[in-house]
Amino acid sequence: MTTILKTSNLSIGYTSKKATVLIAKQLNLNLVAGKLVALIGANGIGKSTLLRTITGIQHPLEGTVFLNDKNIANYKPLDLAQQLSLVLTEKLPPSNLSVFELVALGRQPYTNWIGTLTQTDIDKVQQALELTQIEHLTQKKHYEISDGQLQKVLIARALAQDTPLIILDEPTTHLDLLHKVSLFKLLKKLTQETNKCILFSTHDIDLAIQLSDEMIIMTPEMVVQDEPQHLISKGSFNTLFKDENITFDTEKGKFIIR
Amino acid sequence: MIDKKRNSILFSILGLALLFMFILDISLGSVTIPFKEVFTSLTGGEASKSTWEYIIINYRLPKAITAVLVGVGLAISGLLMQTLFRNPLAGPDVLGLSSGAILAVAVVILGAGLLPSFLQSILVSSYTLVLASTLGSTAVLLLVLLVAQRLRNTMAILIVGLMFGSFTSAIVGVLTYFSSAEQLQKFTFWSLGSLGNLSWSSIAILAVCVGLGLLLSAASIKPLNALLLGENYAKSMGLNYTRVRLIIIFATSILAGSITAFAGPIAFIGLAVPHIAKLTFQTSNHAVLYWSTFFYGGIIMLFCDIASQLPGLDTTLPINAITSIIGAPVVIYLLMKKRNFQ
Repeated sequence: MTTILKTSNLSIGYTSKKATVLIAKQLNLNLVAGKLVALIGANGIGKSTLLRTITGIQHPLEGTVFLNDKNIANYKPLDLAQQLSLVLTEKLPPSNLSVFELVALGRQPYTNWIGTLTQTDIDKVQQALELTQIEHLTQKKHYEISDGQLQKVLIARALAQDTPLIILDEPTTHLDLLHKVSLFKLLKKLTQETNKCILFSTHDIDLAIQLSDEMIIMTPEMVVQDEPQHLISKGSFNTLFKDENITFDTEKGKFIIR
Repeated sequence: MIDKKRNSILFSILGLALLFMFILDISLGSVTIPFKEVFTSLTGGEASKSTWEYIIINYRLPKAITAVLVGVGLAISGLLMQTLFRNPLAGPDVLGLSSGAILAVAVVILGAGLLPSFLQSILVSSYTLVLASTLGSTAVLLLVLLVAQRLRNTMAILIVGLMFGSFTSAIVGVLTYFSSAEQLQKFTFWSLGSLGNLSWSSIAILAVCVGLGLLLSAASIKPLNALLLGENYAKSMGLNYTRVRLIIIFATSILAGSITAFAGPIAFIGLAVPHIAKLTFQTSNHAVLYWSTFFYGGIIMLFCDIASQLPGLDTTLPINAITSIIGAPVVIYLLMKKRNFQ
């Protein structure tokens, strides 16, 4: 089991002129190759801050993020881009990009100064298109396809970037149940077939429990990482929402509303 | 790969069209010169009338070269701005660079009335105008760079450009109130733009500035493609955003600044030409868009120059009026035709 990313006594939060806002401290997380890891927590708990910190966009308050045993702060942008790829929630700016061109942009860390695709690059793009099963869309413009398809295209772009770690920020938002399930299954398949580690944040806790290998639960008091079954038996899910109307049924493995 | 074949055909047509328009621009003018004589003069031979040769070498050829430099430079800087600011309506004038030049020139021409008369004559020579507009656009460039360093938001930079435009027209309005009819006329002529009257040494300086701007733009082709997915994706693909943004802003400024300095503020080329290029090639790939914008910029500017001096017309119409008359309907047409305006 190869550890790709780990955090050592990590404290995350913001520093402004007035004060330091601590979101979570003493985080010791471990992301291993071939695992699908779900990050869950209530709105505003700091999931994005955690993701921003472990992707090196934001500096930690204390502690270190190690990517392949090297401090992420010491990576050059281009080297980091060959280790870590992202799928973000933000809307794409208007452009005429076709699906193929969009996925091929993932090869930027490897191409020459003008971005010429070599045969290797084209093969990697083709592979990414096949894995995500979107070959039939290649000639379409990115604004012509559905939200579910676009999400797959963005995942294909991250795959083409050929990194051992892929991080997705709420990839299932705006999708219906059918597409949520198929996206989760796709992520699961990708971790198994490519041995990549995939970390994603989500609000679809029921699905995440069923399909992910590990989960990271964020609550105001603590952050825990474990396999879903262990988290259930530990009762960790009950600490997720501070509301007496929602409880977690350990037998059924889902949340129940009173 | 059908695209590749289609693109190379389109580029051949555009290249030929540019050459054709260039020769046409030199052939036409208020004095009718036979085509054969035009060709002889251009290739270094002696035309049968020395005045013809003089007109072609010292008047029409520099003007045609200026037209190409101005058209290409403004169009490319528009392309850079539209991608950098993720805004289809961005252009060099929107950044406020033209406004900076206009303000500086207005202060020199219109404000000269407030100075003693011997200073006036020194101030209002054509060289001071070039110097003033260069300084004006450079000052705005520095301001924009300062804002770009402090505000991470690209929209904010656009708004600063717009505000600077309003500020400029207000100051110009105040200055016109206090200036003489003669000064007003001089300022109006400059603000209408002109491709002629440039000496070979001025053209050389302009060519160096435009060449530098075009080289920097060509070096930004790959980052510009990454920016099509937005700043955060671009960064995640290894782009050094701060540096790329500085290079692109600098390239735009040097293109727009030098062109405005020598040819006056020329509207719509920077805004409309990239859209015509995008419409023809149906792509967002800047490796293709760069060259199509390049060719279209030259062709359309030469066309505007020809239109401004239609045969049979004794006077030359102001070039800025022509670009606006052609450019504004084109932009409206594009808006109507393409709902997904990119």
